[in-house]
Amino acid sequence: MNATLWIAVNVFRESVRDKVLYNLVVFAILMMGASYLIGQLTAGQDIKIIKDLGLAAIAVFGLFIAVFIGIQLVSKEVERRSIYSMLAKPIRRPQLVLGKYLGLVLTLAVNVGVMVAAFYAVLAYMRWTAPPAVLDALDGPALDPRMLKAVVLIFGQLAIVTAIALFFSTFSSPILSASFTLGIYVAGHFSADLRNFDQVIDSAVAQAVARGLYWVLPNLASFDVKAQVVHAVPVPNGYVALTLGYGAAYVAALLTLAAVIFSRRDFK
Amino acid sequence: MTSGRSLAGGIALILVVMGVAIAIERFRDGTYRLAEPPQDALSVTSNTAVGRLSLGFRVLNADLYWIRALQYYGGVQRAHHEGRRSNEAGPEYGSLFSFLDLATSLDPLFNIAYRFGAIFLSEPAPAGPGRPDLAIQLLNKGLAARPDKWEYMQDIGFVHYWWNHDYKAAAEAFEKASQIPNAPWWLRSLAASTLARGGDRRSSRIMWTVLAQSSDNDWLRNSAARSLLQLDALDAIDALQKVVATHRERAGVPLTWQGLIRAGALRSIPADPTGTAYDLTPDGKVRLGAASSLAPLPQEPPAAPAS
Repeated sequence: MNATLWIAVNVFRESVRDKVLYNLVVFAILMMGASYLIGQLTAGQDIKIIKDLGLAAIAVFGLFIAVFIGIQLVSKEVERRSIYSMLAKPIRRPQLVLGKYLGLVLTLAVNVGVMVAAFYAVLAYMRWTAPPAVLDALDGPALDPRMLKAVVLIFGQLAIVTAIALFFSTFSSPILSASFTLGIYVAGHFSADLRNFDQVIDSAVAQAVARGLYWVLPNLASFDVKAQVVHAVPVPNGYVALTLGYGAAYVAALLTLAAVIFSRRDFK
Repeated sequence: MTSGRSLAGGIALILVVMGVAIAIERFRDGTYRLAEPPQDALSVTSNTAVGRLSLGFRVLNADLYWIRALQYYGGVQRAHHEGRRSNEAGPEYGSLFSFLDLATSLDPLFNIAYRFGAIFLSEPAPAGPGRPDLAIQLLNKGLAARPDKWEYMQDIGFVHYWWNHDYKAAAEAFEKASQIPNAPWWLRSLAASTLARGGDRRSSRIMWTVLAQSSDNDWLRNSAARSLLQLDALDAIDALQKVVATHRERAGVPLTWQGLIRAGALRSIPADPTGTAYDLTPDGKVRLGAASSLAPLPQEPPAAPAS
């Protein structure tokens, strides 16, 4: 367990050295710039739009980190040949996979945490400067804590995407891994269509394939409650808990598969 | 020291080169002005396609379409004010409904897109496309998404009242709005007065006053306040028309404001609530000044009595 945590901390340190956290500066500039520009454009809807933009930006920035760092987690070690020195230490391969995963999840957690703080800071400023009538017209309070439910689910979604990227990273090249991960990310948002495939096609085989894909592919659309929280539509805690539970199980399956594949790889 | 100098030199070079680029761009724009071909404001018109392409970013995409709707509406209006036709293929404001429809399909709870959208769509030319039917369609779509929003049903009543002059339908809409939970008490009396005195300028004034006082949005409040000023202008025009008619019967001379002032009928050239002078046509008709921001005044049914 100590070895796993040691690897995780090192992945985090390496991401800091690689200036991954610089994206937070970009995020802050985006939020501040948008809060000024959008106020001129949106006829009193600036707070609503900043909520939409902030939550979407957290998801997008996190997605880029998860994909473009996740696909290099293992392949970079192989490319640099540092994998040999790592495997020479008393570390089991599944520990390496798990440590790498936890390290990137920690990086994401820090990123998302800081982005959320900046997001609420911008909203606090907008709330302070907004006329009372504009605040009254909002569906929910400007600093609605219920938006954190969307953030938690975005983080859950990013944890799945990280596991997908890491899974492909254990046996594929970075370019292919990125393509596969982004492909699954897109497909994961169409899972409802796969579920309802039987309504548009008669072939029993096609229906079975679609149904199978629905269960196998990650249902990422269920992690998206951004619209609900912005409009203050209730998102039950039970829904959040079950969705996170689904995500945890899916991540566990992917990491197990990644560990099996990685354990069988021959680096000689 | 050397690295500091090279950094300063690099920054200076960037500034010089950027300055040259900006100068060239300005010179080009000042020298050559290419005519822009008419273009479609919308490239994708399918709600379903846009929704699918949005992945997990539907509401953000709805915001973008909402901003595009505002820019589009404002752009066509500005073109009118500047006396030119907008650079749009097809009828003017022809894409407005599509923008609003897309925004509200991507985010079915986008409250302001329904309410503003209905106002934009109802306004007659040149301020809008003059499509109250589309305004009602949009508001009904909002009601399908949020049956608890009595404001949408109230807005449907306004559209029937103000733009369709269908007072029975307006009263029905106000009555339905009053039956929605949490609706304000005055909707029921508004329904009754609309049915009893539909088309009456006094009941119009009551409606706009209610909207100006109850609306939770600056733009809607300002819009209602402008409508109240329009009613003031209509009242003033009626009063001035009587003065003109009286003077004409007595004197029978070509009518001008100066002539009426000399005759003692007026103290000064009358102006509307925005301060723009009314026009007096040679045949004795009083009209809103061409430069007035209150134009065009709403059309009233022929039988509507002045308050």
